[in-house]
This record gives sequence, structure tokens and C-alpha cells, in this order.
Amino acid sequence: MEKCYLMTAVVLLGLTVRWTVSLNSYSGAGKPPMFGDYEAQRHWQEITINLPIKQWYFNGSDNNLQYWGLDYPPLTAYHSLLCAYVAKFINPDWIALHTSRGYESQAHKLFMRATVLIADLLIYIPAVVLYCCCLKEISTKKKIANALCILLYPGLILIDYGHFQYNSVSLGFALWGVLGVSYDWDLLGSLAFCLAINYKQMELYHSLPFFCFLLGKCFKKGLKGKGFVLLIKLACTVVASFILCWLPFFTEREQTLQVLRRLFPVDRGLFEDKVANIWCTFSVFLKIRDILPHHIQLMISFCFTFLSLLPACIKLTLHPSPRGFRFTLVSCALSFFLFSFQVHEKSILLVSLPVCLVLREIPFMSTWFLLVSTFSMLPLLLKDELLMPSVVTVIAFFIACATSFSIFEKTSEEELQLKSFSISVRKYFPCFTFLPRIIQHLYVGLLLPWPLPRSTGSGSAGPAAMAHGPSRSAACGIFLDRGMNPCPLHQQADSQPLCHQGSPEGHSFDSETSNLFIFIFIIT
Amino acid sequence: MAALGVATGGGNWFSALALGVTLLKCLLIPTYHSTDFEVHRNWLAITHSLPISQWYYEATSEWTLDYPPFFAWFEYALSHVAKYFDQEMLNVRNLNYCSSRTLLFQRFSVIFTDTLFVYAVHECCKCIDGKKAGRELTEKPKFILSVLLLWNFGLLIVDHIHFQYNGFLSGLMLLSIARLFQKRHMEGAFLFAVLLHFKHIYLYVAPAYGVYLLRSYCFTANKPDGSIRWNSFSFLRLISLGLIVFLVSALSLGPFLALNQLPQVFSRLFPFKRGLCHAYWAPNFWALYSALDKVLSVIGLELKFLDPSKIPKASMTSGLVQQFQHTVLPSVTPLATLICTLIAILPSIFCLWFKPQGPRGFLRCLILCALSSFMFGWHVHEKAILLAVLPMSLLSVGKAGDASIFLILTTTGHYSLFPLLFTAPELPIKILLMLLFTIYSISSLKTLFRKEKPLFNWMETFYLLGLGPLEVFCEFVFPFTSWKLKYPFIPLLLTSVYCAVGITYAWFKLYVSVLTDPPVGKTKKQ
Repeated sequence: MEKCYLMTAVVLLGLTVRWTVSLNSYSGAGKPPMFGDYEAQRHWQEITINLPIKQWYFNGSDNNLQYWGLDYPPLTAYHSLLCAYVAKFINPDWIALHTSRGYESQAHKLFMRATVLIADLLIYIPAVVLYCCCLKEISTKKKIANALCILLYPGLILIDYGHFQYNSVSLGFALWGVLGVSYDWDLLGSLAFCLAINYKQMELYHSLPFFCFLLGKCFKKGLKGKGFVLLIKLACTVVASFILCWLPFFTEREQTLQVLRRLFPVDRGLFEDKVANIWCTFSVFLKIRDILPHHIQLMISFCFTFLSLLPACIKLTLHPSPRGFRFTLVSCALSFFLFSFQVHEKSILLVSLPVCLVLREIPFMSTWFLLVSTFSMLPLLLKDELLMPSVVTVIAFFIACATSFSIFEKTSEEELQLKSFSISVRKYFPCFTFLPRIIQHLYVGLLLPWPLPRSTGSGSAGPAAMAHGPSRSAACGIFLDRGMNPCPLHQQADSQPLCHQGSPEGHSFDSETSNLFIFIFIIT
Repeated sequence: MAALGVATGGGNWFSALALGVTLLKCLLIPTYHSTDFEVHRNWLAITHSLPISQWYYEATSEWTLDYPPFFAWFEYALSHVAKYFDQEMLNVRNLNYCSSRTLLFQRFSVIFTDTLFVYAVHECCKCIDGKKAGRELTEKPKFILSVLLLWNFGLLIVDHIHFQYNGFLSGLMLLSIARLFQKRHMEGAFLFAVLLHFKHIYLYVAPAYGVYLLRSYCFTANKPDGSIRWNSFSFLRLISLGLIVFLVSALSLGPFLALNQLPQVFSRLFPFKRGLCHAYWAPNFWALYSALDKVLSVIGLELKFLDPSKIPKASMTSGLVQQFQHTVLPSVTPLATLICTLIAILPSIFCLWFKPQGPRGFLRCLILCALSSFMFGWHVHEKAILLAVLPMSLLSVGKAGDASIFLILTTTGHYSLFPLLFTAPELPIKILLMLLFTIYSISSLKTLFRKEKPLFNWMETFYLLGLGPLEVFCEFVFPFTSWKLKYPFIPLLLTSVYCAVGITYAWFKLYVSVLTDPPVGKTKKQ
């Protein structure tokens, strides 16, 4: 590639931004007794290096599961073990059993940050670069611009390098998976995706599109001939990679079950404190968590999730194409995020990754979504004292997107493929006809990362969204071939005539505001 | 960074570049800052809480005010904003005070004053001719120049990590250069006079300004062969220039003259009591000289030519500013360095007088002045290389030969700044930023001049590639060897000697190109 040096510069810039963000505070810094995710990761290193593998997931005298017990799949544990070996080499105090709890020092912070950077550099960044280089039908410059935008996505940077997690590993593996299956390296792709699932169980959000896409490919090749062979090969790859990762835990039945119980803690409730999803928003009016029994909640969330992702998945199985695959990834991940059980606010990153992949195709909407997704994590970031880097990286990302893609062009109703939708809205809700004019004025404002002043109806968004529930899944199927296009019109439609009614449950205003934005995104 | 502006055709690529780097500066706020941070805090306190008569006498802190009056006034102005951030930082006795608000204010004051630099870069971009404008934006000289200036590695780390106000000072210099390019000589002279009273290090390039204005502005015409036409001298222009300089100086030094404090001010501005070299050696001629001295003394000791008891113990690199005696070679006095500097500057000045080549010739002379004084000056800071690097960026996009010199000078000069940042968290930042800037500058200039001969010969390539192993040795290998305790100065010594070679080479090459260039006057008559 002739513009190789520009790509190098972009990668270096991405790395610089990552490292400068990492100079800031991390979650739970100096906050005993529980600290935060930083301590969790350090604690896992302590557990994995000091205890035999059989005790990793079990409560015991040396392993108190109440204190950041290991609740990620084995690959995370192995990664922790690897880091622990390095830590032991540098300073054994960092991972000493029991005594190292809550260990904090400048050198240790540096070490932990470096592990994130190295993991990122080895897995996520090469995947992004390769993905952008492999894009077809666009100029080299566009590819580089695309890579810049994806690498500067603030949500991932802030969570990994500010808050402290290793999301870039699982997301990176998932991206390698997407790359693999999109370019017909199906076996490698599914292997990479298996690694992603085995690193973080949340990657299951992406599993259905992978499954449907590969199944669709097999169907296309004919189930009696080549397709069947491919299916067998894929099945073998998946089973083999799972067995490989889980080998130490397959020795006893109880081991396997315990790990699974740790991975899927269904008893933890419908959602945790401030998540920008349907249940959290809905509970502003109706406290589902308290009214409904636990298993019913589970059932409801399962049904909703399943129904919402069904149309997209069926469509993908019938017409498998890389483009459709990317859009289905977005819609499925969003369905999981919005409706599934026990969602964490950081899970929005799982939606953001596929949205980054469609950035080139629907720049306006993707940019908007990515900004809002970062905004939805603001309470978390504020708790970690990351306001400054958040603001700076969000603005930087916005500038990068705005200059790389002409995001303000092609935003008319027709170009966003919302014509039929908006006509139907106007038909059923005549009072909305005056809105397009207002929208034109507000468009620019909407793109700003801080949508607080304008969206006044967050409190009432729940029922409005639910009202369109039935039409939504149908619309999913109808519009799918044209992409999952979100609807700014609808957002205005919901928010304009209403006014904010306070925060009855003490949820912070901003989390709800972004609720609105996020789930409007899916309702087309 | 470059791709920020990739897709945009119009003028907003520039604002994207400027905003991008501003945001990066904001991200650098929590990084390490040097004692210069305390220096400037102390100056804020001095100017805010003491009357003018005390400014240059106050000595509670060891970091006394040693910049010219305009800078003191600048700090005075800043202090009136600072009081809304944290009143405590304005207390003279509050030594080493650094609250988070103080940090925020000081960092933002640098970022904010850099807008002048951004404006100056914008003006400079207008001055360079777009003859070679390629089809694509990233290959246009203007785009490359603005990246080279706005994203300059040296400025980023010296101003926004180490902490200084070079950004807006360089902005003033670039702006005055741009004004001279635009034939707005009076404005240029005014800006430079102001700059001199902000930071007197710019005295080094004053000869270039003086001679250029006299030769090309006060003399309004040339003979056909380019030599001077004596009867075209315009007294009016000379007087107005003189008036500008006089008024600016009067504004700056007048109050102290009235207070009868001028000698005290000058003794603060020119502290000749400091040593030949700064805390560690700037990569200049004296670094080579001292290194040679050290090598000779070691050889002498081995071969028993020297008596060990007579060798002074003071080590140059012990980290303190101090006097230093050479052992074998003759010790250098301030006067000697002054004479060397003058001799080094003279040919370029002669060239400017006898072979005027318009603003471009002036720019070359200015760079030569800056470089020569860097090479031979007394107590030179390694940071002073920025004085030559920034104007050189302007030249680099014009001619392949200049681009080659620029790249050698910039890469070695920037590398020599590495020891400024010695803390572990900043190590990745400096390496990443350095790589970013170096890779971009080399590749983009190579693309710009791809039709001409290669920018580097094998020797230069080899030398530049050698910086990599040097860095690996100094930062990653040496700290783990047993020499670390015995010879702690080796990395610094290696860095400055290695870089001194490169900078001397660039200086020499630039001098040769200036002296051998055919006068433009013959081809471009007025």
C-alpha cells in the first residue's frame, strides 16, 4: 500500500491517545475495601498463580468468591496467569496470596497499563488495521480515515485504559472472527470467535449472527454436498477449540458446572444500577424488579430478546452476505443489550464494535450512536474521575469522524431510508407533521455528544417505545436489506411533545437520556 | 493525525489538525512536569504579589526571574486569571506548590497561548508557494508544513510535558518571519522586537533580522548584477525601523531604567556564572570537545602521561549547573564561546548582505544564526534546538536538499530531547510521539520529492537508523547492567555525542548549501 506511512501514523496516534488516557485514574483507585475492576484483574492474577487450577472458580479459604471471584471464562484466567508470571518476575509482592489485596503503587499501575496496551497492540489493533485495509471499493485515504475513527472510538479507550479492563482482547478476537468469516476463511474465523467467547462470555451477544451467517453459507453451498462438509468442519473447529480451552475443567463434572454457574449468575437481577436499556428505563414507571418474580423476569427478558433478534437472523440465514452480517451483528448485539437479563453498562461496547464496522456505510448514524454510547457510560467514567479524558477523546473522535466522512451530508429522509417509516408515522400520528422543520434546525445539535438540553422526554420514552414494539420486529425484517437504519425523526417524535418529569428512582438524568437515544436507534 | 484532514477538500483540514493537536495537549495534562513548572509558578507569584521594583531582586526561591520584562508582564497578566483558579499559587513563599487547580491552570495557559502559534502557522502556510501542489491533499506542501509545525514533537514534549511557553514565543517568531515574507517589514520588525523582550535567547538570530532589514528594506533597489545600489538608501525606512525598536525597548526596559535597576536586570538575564554546558550536554560542538577531552584524559591516565591527583573531580554530568575544568584540552571561557559564535555567524551574514536572495535567503541566514549559536554558545540548553528546527520546517517543503538537511537536523535534535523526560510513564509517550513525527516527516517529504534524487545517502540512512539501537541501549539495556552505578552518565554522554555529530553535520551541510548556492538575483530581477 502506497500510503503505508499514513496508516502507521494513525496507529501510532491511536497508541499515543491510549497511553495518555492510561495516565489517568482507574476504577476503585484508593477506595478500600472493595476497590474496582483494576483490583479485580490484579486479584485474578493473584488467584491464578497461587492456587491450583481446580480451585480457581471455587469458594475456599484462599479464594473468597465474594471478593472479586473469577467470573470470566478460562481464557481470561489463562491471560491473568500469564500476566501474573510477568508480575512475579518484576515484583512478587504484586501477586502475593492474601497480602497483596488492594495493592497499589505507581510501578504496579504502570505494569497493569502496559499489559492492556500490549494485549491491545497484539490483538485488537492489527485486526482493525487489517479490516480497514481489506475494505473494498474505497480509496486508500478513506481506508486510513476509517481506521483512524475506529481506533479513536472513545468508549473502548476509556473503559480499557481509564476504567481498566481487557475488552480489546475479546473484541479483538471477535473482530478477527468477523474478518475471517467475511473473507471466506471460515474455519479461522470461527476459531477466533470461539476464543473471543472463551475470553468473555458477553461475546455470546455476537454469536447468533456468526451462527446464522455460517449456517447460511452452508445452505448456499448445498447441504448435501460442499455445504455439509463445511458444516462438519466448522462444528469440529468449534468443539475442538472449546475443548482445548476448557480441558482442565472437564476432568470433573462439578468443575464444569461451577465455572458455568460463575459465568452466568442468573440470580443477580434484571439489571444493575444504571444501564441504558429498556428494563432500566421501564422501571422508572413500573418497578418490574420488585413486582414480578425472578423466573418470570428471566422469561420475559428471554422472550423479548429472542423475538427482537429473530427477523434479522432469519434474514441472514436465508441471504448470507458480509454486509448483511455486519448489520445483523449490530441489531443482534443491540437486542441483547436492550432486552436481555443482567446487562452491564459496559456491554454497550459489544454493540459499538459492529457499529464501528458499519461506520463507512452509515456515517451519520454510526457516529451518533458511538458518541451516545460513550455518553451512556458517563456515570461510570465520572466515578473513576475520567471526565477530562472523556471529554477530550469524545471531541477528538467527533472531529475525526466529521472530517473523515461527510457525516452531515446524506441525512435527508430518503437517504436515511426512512421515507416509508416517516410516512407511516405521519399517518398514524398527524400531530407530528410539523416536526421535520424543527428537526432540520436541530440536526446539528443532535450530533453533539451532550444531548441533555434538547431531549426533554426521557422519562416518558419507555411507553412510547413499547408502543412501537410490535412494529419494530416486523420492521427489522423489512428494512434489513437496507441496513438497520435508525430514526432521528422518531427520536424527535418521542421527545418533543413531552417534558421531563424528574427522576423518580434516583436514576441519573443522563443515563435515561441516553436510554432514549439508544433504543430509539433500534426502533425502525 | 494526517488522516484527520484526509477527506476534507476545503480549508477545514487545518482546523482539524490544530484542534486535534490541541486535544492531544489536553490529554498530556496529567503527565510529568519538570522544575520549570515551579519556575513559572514562582514568577506568577512574584509578579502578582510584589511591586515592579522587587521583580528582579526577589530571591526567596532559587528560580529567580531571569526573562526580560515583557515575559514578566505576561506572567503578571496570567496571574490575574490564576487567582480565580487558586489563590495559593500566587504566594511567593509557597515553594513547590502544586494543587490540581494550579496544574490545570498552568497547563491550560500553555495550551491557550498556543493559539498564537496556530495562527502563525496558518500565516506561514500562506507564504509558501503551492507550485508543487499535488492532486491529493496529503501531498500538498501546505498540508505537510502545517503538520510539521503544529505537531512538532519538540514543542509538544518541551511545552506540554516538560512545561515551558515556547509555543507562543515560536509563534511570534514564525509570525514575524511570515510578515517579512509578505513584505510587511515594519510589522515583522515590530513583532521581532517584542519577541526579543519576551525571551532574550532570540538575540542569537537578531543579526539576521538586522542585516536583512537593512539590506533588503532600507536599500530599496539593487544593481542588475544583484550587488548593492548605495544611492537607493532610504533614511525614512531606517528611522522608522529604529523608532519601532526603540519604542518597544523603551516600553520594556523604561520602567527599570527609571528605577535605576538596569544593571540588576541584565545581571539576571545574562548569568555568565553558569557553566559551559547545561545540566547535561546539549548536542553541540562543546559536547564533542568535552567528550574528546574525556577520552584524551582516560588515554592519558592509561598511558601515565597524566597525574591522577591533578585531575579535577567535578563531573560535568552530575546534574548540577556548575563550572567545569577540562583536563587535557584548554578550558573554555565565555569570551571564547562568544568569539567562536561570532565567527560562525559571520559568513552567513556576509552571504545575506552580498548575495541577497529575498526572504528565503533571510530564512536560511536566520536558521544558520540559530544553529551556529547552538553549536558554539555558552551554556546552551538542548531545548534551544527548536529555535532552528521550527524555521527550518518552512524551508523543508521547498527544496529536496533542504528537506534532507531538515530531516537530519530534526530527527537528531528531537532525539537529543529524550533525556528531558526520564520518568517511566512518559517513556511510551516520547517514543510513540517521536516515531509518529519522524515517520510522518520522512515519509511525507519523500513523497513530496519522489521525483528527485533520494533524500538520504547510505551514510545518513545508517546514522539515522543508529538512533534506534542507541535508544534501546540507553533506556532498556543500560539500566540493567552493572555500569549503571559506576558510570551513570554514560547514556547522557552517548546521546549528546551521537546527536552532536548529526547536528554538526546538518549545520555544515546547510552552510555549504548557502555558500555555494548561485545568487537568485541573477535569475529573478526586480
